[in-house]
Parts: sequence; C-alpha cells; structure tokens
Amino acid sequence: MVMLDFGVVWRNLPFLLIQGFLGFGNFVGGTLRLAIPAIVLGFVLGIFIGLGRLAPQAWIRLPATLYVEFFRGVPLVMVIFWMWFIMPIVLQTAIPEFGVALAAFVIFEAAYLGEIVRAGIQSVPRGQVEAATAVGLTGAQTMRHVVLPQALKNMIPSLVTQFIVLFKDTSLASIIGFMDLTKAAQVVNNREIRPFELYLFIAVIYWVCTYSMSRYARHLERRLGPA
Amino acid sequence: MAAAIEFRGVNKWFGPLHVLQDVDLTVEAGEVVVVCGPSGSGKSTLIRCVNRLEVIQKGEIVVHGQSITGPRVHLSRLRAEVGMVFQSFNLFPHMTALENVMLAPVKVKGLPGAGAEKIARDLLERVRIPEQADHYPANLSGGQQQRVAIARALAMQPRIMLFDEPTSALDPEMINEVLEVMTDLAREGMTMMVVSHEMGFARRVAHRVVFMDGGQVVEVQPPEAFFAAPTSDRTKDFLSKILSH
Ligand SMILES: Nc1ncnc2c1ncn2[C@@H]1O[C@H](COP(=O)(O)OP(=O)(O)O)[C@@H](O)[C@H]1O
Ligand SMILES: [Mg+2]
Repeated sequence: MVMLDFGVVWRNLPFLLIQGFLGFGNFVGGTLRLAIPAIVLGFVLGIFIGLGRLAPQAWIRLPATLYVEFFRGVPLVMVIFWMWFIMPIVLQTAIPEFGVALAAFVIFEAAYLGEIVRAGIQSVPRGQVEAATAVGLTGAQTMRHVVLPQALKNMIPSLVTQFIVLFKDTSLASIIGFMDLTKAAQVVNNREIRPFELYLFIAVIYWVCTYSMSRYARHLERRLGPA
Repeated sequence: MAAAIEFRGVNKWFGPLHVLQDVDLTVEAGEVVVVCGPSGSGKSTLIRCVNRLEVIQKGEIVVHGQSITGPRVHLSRLRAEVGMVFQSFNLFPHMTALENVMLAPVKVKGLPGAGAEKIARDLLERVRIPEQADHYPANLSGGQQQRVAIARALAMQPRIMLFDEPTSALDPEMINEVLEVMTDLAREGMTMMVVSHEMGFARRVAHRVVFMDGGQVVEVQPPEAFFAAPTSDRTKDFLSKILSH
C-alpha cells in the first residue's frame, strides 16, 4: 500500500499552475493559453464553415461539406501529427509547438462547431428570414440581425459541450512536447514518481474548469430567456 | 386611377406543379382587393410574387409602373414600397415590439436611432398598442403580435400592403382588433392585397374580391356582385362552403 503524499503537488504548484495551466514560464505551453484562442478561432472558423454548408452556391457548399466530413472522420491525434510533421515541410520553415497545436485544434474543431452552427441556423424558422427579407434587409443583414442571434441561443448547449470536449482535448498537445497541464504533470512525475497524486490533481483542475463552463452555460441560457 | 400592381400573363411552377396559371390582374392605387379560394389554390404565392419572395417563370409583374420581373430589379426599393404581413406574424422574438418596428428604418434606411424610434412609437400608436412597445413578442397576445407586425411592415412607409391570411392564426376574440387596424389603413387610402376568408371584412372594406382556384383567377367582382351573383360554379361552390358556417 502506497501512502499518498500531496506534498509533491504543493511543492510543484507554481510549475503546474503557472507554467502548465496558464502558460507563463520558461517553456512554450499553457492549457488556457492554448484552449482560449483555440475555442475563439475554432468558433469563428466554424461559423464560416456552418454558413458555407448552407450556401446556395454549390462551389461554396461542397468544399464546406467535404471539410466537415473529412475532419469528422479522422482522429484528432492524427491531425496534430500531420501539422507537426507535414506543415514544416510544406511551409519550408519550422513551426513552434504552439502554432502547430493551435492550428490543429482550430482546424479540427471547426468541423464539429460548423455542424453545430449549421443546425442552429436551420433551427430558426423560415418565416424569420421571410419577414426580414420583406422589410428590405439584405441577406447578410438578415443573417446578422435576425438569424444568428436566435441561432446562437439555440446552439448554446451543444456549443458548450463541444467547448468542453475541446478544452479536455488540449491535453493531447502534450504529445508534441507542448507544456500544458498534462505535460507539466508528466515532467514532475518523471522526477518524483508520484503519478496518483499528480494525475488526480490535474483531473480536479480539468473538472473544475469544465464544470464551471457548463454551469455558466446554463446560467446564460436562462438569462437569454424563453422563446 | 393609376395602376399599383399589374399581373400580366403570370405563370409560376414549383417543380412540376403549375401554381399560377396565366394570371392577369390589375390592382389600382388605393384599391383594396381581397383574395380568397381553397387551400393550395395559389393565393399566398400570388401575393408573395409582388415583393419577390417568389420569382415567376413567365409573364410580368409591374409595381407602380416598374417591372419587377427579371434580374435588374432594385429589390430594396421594391421592398420599401411593399409591406407584408404573414399569417404566423413572424415577429423577431429576440427584439421588443419597438425594436421589431425600428429594425428596417435603422438598417435599411440608415435612420438614426432617435428618428426611427419616433416613427416606431407613432406606428405602435396607430395600431393601438403604444403601451406594449417594450414587451417581447412572447409576452404579447396573438392579436397584439399581429398589430406589431403591421406596424413593422408600415415602418418603411410602403404604398402597398400585402396580407397573407392575417387573422387565420388568431383566436376569434382577437380577429376584430386586427381587422379594425386594417380597415383604418384601407380608409387612409393604402393599396392592399389581402388573402383572407373574412367575408365580413371583404363586404365592408374590399373594392373587389378575387376568387382563385387551381392556380387560376376564376372570378373578379366588386363584393356586392361577388356574394350576390357569382358567375362561376366554382365560386358558388366555394362560397356555399365557407358561408355555411
Ligand atoms: N416553396 C414551395 N415549394 C413547393 N411547392 C410549394 C411551395 N409553396 C407552395 N407550394 C405549393 O403551391 C401550391 C399553392 O400554394 P399556396 O400559394 O401556398 O396556396 P394557398 O395560399 O392558396 O393555400 C400548393 O399546392 C403548395 O403545396
Ligand atoms: Mg396560403
């Protein structure tokens, strides 16, 4: 029977939290530093993919559909490896881990987020678009002022689920050496061999973050009201 | 009188379905035309062609002397000239009544917020619900929602109003408040095409009644003649059905 000793967490707390979780320190890393821009940029790209899936023009719709079908069909780890090994060859220059990880997550997640955006837009009744068209709004104005605000609200539950998945998936960036929370725990563990305490600790951190995300989403849904 | 809307040999298909068949009809400026007919006869499609929610495949539609058929139509000008009210209101649920009415003046005409708000409040006054300005559609009755929808359609100061069964989704006790607002509009000289089975409204307010069946305009008559002496058997048949209850 091994005795638990959370002193290892306490001693390495600054490294785990400031370097691993936040991303400040001697290494390129940070769970939050990766997750936040990945969520924001992935969502922006996802909006365009989702709109593209609904475009009347086949030359926009087909590539968007292909994109979604393709990236939903391959594992995220593979996309990370491609970015890691192939991007430097294609671009003829070294790409830092952060760039590789961010690009991989944004590209991969945009496929899922795009589908959520598409479903959200399709959940807005046709009559809304007709009414906006009838008062003279252009297609873009209709999208911006009438469809998207309603679609976003309907999307919140599935969006947050996907954001949570993305947040947890950032731990995969550790496989290319990105110093996120998972990698930081691994580094400490290699030195002190306290896997149970360390991995329990980071599990709690992940859980607290994702739980607050879903709580906030529930609050947001309620605040945006019915209808 | 000048023509406001002219349908000239209008034909429209949905795939193989021939929903408008050689429709010829002229609506004069200031005229109120009620369109009735069985479900699926093409009434909605007919009026939806006037603001180009639907495009026609053959023939021509002319609004205030300008053809609106073909690719070179100034759509935003057409839609400012023609307002539309739908059976299911289609208010924007994430905006208050006031914001619903203000949206087009601000976004399409580029009016400053204060100017648009003045227009919107005046219009809500005109449809007799100024006190509901800050309420969301979900908190309004059907009759109030439809009156907000009328105000919204009026906000661009159209010269033509299209109504697609504006009272069919309403509880009976709310039908009159909407018909009263529409009657006011008609008295003020608005050109109106109204798809409706409210025969009392047709008798009192319409200048002419159009009966459609199977995509064709079967009969066009002033209301007295339409109800007293319809010429076509199809009209008689239809009238006997809807007037019997
Ligand atoms: N967008 C559409 N696509 C295919 N068929 C349609 C569409 N809109 C209407 N139709 C068909 O066209 C016919 C006329 O419809 P409509 O103008 O709505 O009739 P009404 O308003 O008189 O009930 C109906 O048979 C209807 O099913
Ligand atoms: Mg109809």
